[in-house]
Amino acid sequence: MKFKFSATVFAILMCISLIVNAQTKHKSKSAAKAPVNSSNADASSIMAGKKVFVQYCLSCHQADGAGVQRLNPPLIKTPYVLGDKNKLINIVLKGFSEDVEINGEYYSNTMPAHDFLKDQEIADVLTYVRNSFGNKASAIKLAEVTSARAAIKK
Amino acid sequence: MNKRVSFIFLLSAFLMIGLLSFKLIKGIEGKSNPEVPNAGLTLPAGFNAAVIAENLGGTRHIAVSPKGDIYIKLDRPRNGKGILVLHENAGKAEVKTSFGDYGGTGIAIKDGYLYASSNKDIYRYKLNAANEVISPDQPETIVTGLLDRRAHNSKSITLDNDGNIYVNVGAYSNICSEFDKDKKGCPILDSAGGIWQFKADKLNQTYANGVRYATGLRNVVGLDWNQQDNQLFVMQHGRDQLHGLFPQYYTDKQSAVLPAECMYALKKGDNAGWPYMYYDHEQHKKMLGPEYGGDGKKEADPKFIDPVAAYPGHLAPDGLLFYTGSQFPAKYKNGAFIAFHGSWNRAPEPQAGYFVVFQPFKNGKPDGQWEVFANGFSGSPENTASGHAVHRPCGLAQGPDGSLYITDDAKGSVYKISYKK
Ligand code: HEC
Repeated sequence: MKFKFSATVFAILMCISLIVNAQTKHKSKSAAKAPVNSSNADASSIMAGKKVFVQYCLSCHQADGAGVQRLNPPLIKTPYVLGDKNKLINIVLKGFSEDVEINGEYYSNTMPAHDFLKDQEIADVLTYVRNSFGNKASAIKLAEVTSARAAIKK
Repeated sequence: MNKRVSFIFLLSAFLMIGLLSFKLIKGIEGKSNPEVPNAGLTLPAGFNAAVIAENLGGTRHIAVSPKGDIYIKLDRPRNGKGILVLHENAGKAEVKTSFGDYGGTGIAIKDGYLYASSNKDIYRYKLNAANEVISPDQPETIVTGLLDRRAHNSKSITLDNDGNIYVNVGAYSNICSEFDKDKKGCPILDSAGGIWQFKADKLNQTYANGVRYATGLRNVVGLDWNQQDNQLFVMQHGRDQLHGLFPQYYTDKQSAVLPAECMYALKKGDNAGWPYMYYDHEQHKKMLGPEYGGDGKKEADPKFIDPVAAYPGHLAPDGLLFYTGSQFPAKYKNGAFIAFHGSWNRAPEPQAGYFVVFQPFKNGKPDGQWEVFANGFSGSPENTASGHAVHRPCGLAQGPDGSLYITDDAKGSVYKISYKK
């Protein structure tokens, strides 16, 4: 009787841990493999954006978007990448050098302004970043970059 | 009978859970495996390495007192303390005390004082006969108000034998282009991009009291006073982005190794030429920077000083130590150890570095080819190539018995290297 009881407890415990394990695994998998429900236009923007990224951003933020310890921040699920689009566009247009905490770390390098990029290139590269390295967020449209640039000029 | 079986059953279940969670905790804390020989490092024959402390925080530079106590500067304070004092016992070092409410990089012991720097100021603490800090909460401020504009803000320090302290003030820029748009001359060199000399015992000095000892140095983290030559030696971090900014002149591959990381022997008034030039260690030439009319072929104004040794680009020399001990074989005596923190600006080429180099010296000057002395900090060749190094060497110090200490500011480990015939 007692043996049965403890065996049952043990079995239940094992089951719970298995389920918990399986669930966490399932969660991370589904996050990584979220269906990309973007239109064809977005897909071509992502492709064009990758070229811009390789040329202008990769050397600092690295090919996997993971950045460099203490110097250049990651572009993986940060509040800047996934957050307010206008703020994000402004980071590329104006550069970024503030002593801000990004996902628990500080980064001391200076991001130069990339205002020499065309509006379409900025829309593409940010759409690429927002849909790479495990990120999943809506595309940045050409019109959004154009109006952000106009707002700076005023 | 039943009772016994169930007891054993439960016990083994608990044991299993216990073991599993222990493994998990171990994994999380990143404890090193004592069974890995030489703490995972590869070293020349006869040398061995041990991790004597770990998980200390952002352990930057390190100094070991004549009594063997280890002083370490943290890049950011932990629990409000930015200087750790470790006491070594039977192959392990334990944190004895901690003090100093500021982060930073520099730390040095000289003539009865401990010197330490934040990213703006230099402080000193009087030591007692046992080389212990007497009043940890009452440092004297030696230098104050050095520029901290985030980029290249480490204030590394070393002292000479004539009562002076030398401090690096890094340029808060890659190549000054944002401050020198009309190419009239980089204006930030008046207060950055060089080495400043101050009196080691005068309080509250500012730029106005110091001497700009050498200029045209983009960023120096590793520096040391050479006792044989009685001269200051520094390691410069060379510029980034040759290909990114000038794809017409430099390929990805060239940009991954250029420009050299240079070792300079400095005299008062020297100019190493940043941002106007860089050193090409393959052509052995000082090259005119592309921002100032260069194209990868034009040479720079010869008025700028030559480096005394040069290393592949982007490896980030963060620690320099002249070895004066007698424990290591004779060839190491008065030679230089250099801690290369490891690259990032080689991308898309594979990253490199994350090792400690030995540079042979003769009569106070580099003599012969440098060699990798301690390798394997990154954890694997794949980690090195991707730049995801587990450990990154930063600070170097020599113990009273001639052992070499290396800090790792990624995981907060301290390595001790010793030699046995
Ligand atoms: C010279 C290195 C460098 C280059 C080139 C560079 N960045 Fe950055 N970037 C940085 C640094 C450093 C920061 C953080 C600055 C800070 O903390 O104040 C940053 C911050 C950011 C951020 C906000 C912080 C975050 O982690 O989410 C985004 C988004 C970003 N960069 C995107 C880009 C894009 C897109 C490009 C290419 C068009 C690019 N960067 C090029 C260095 C660089």
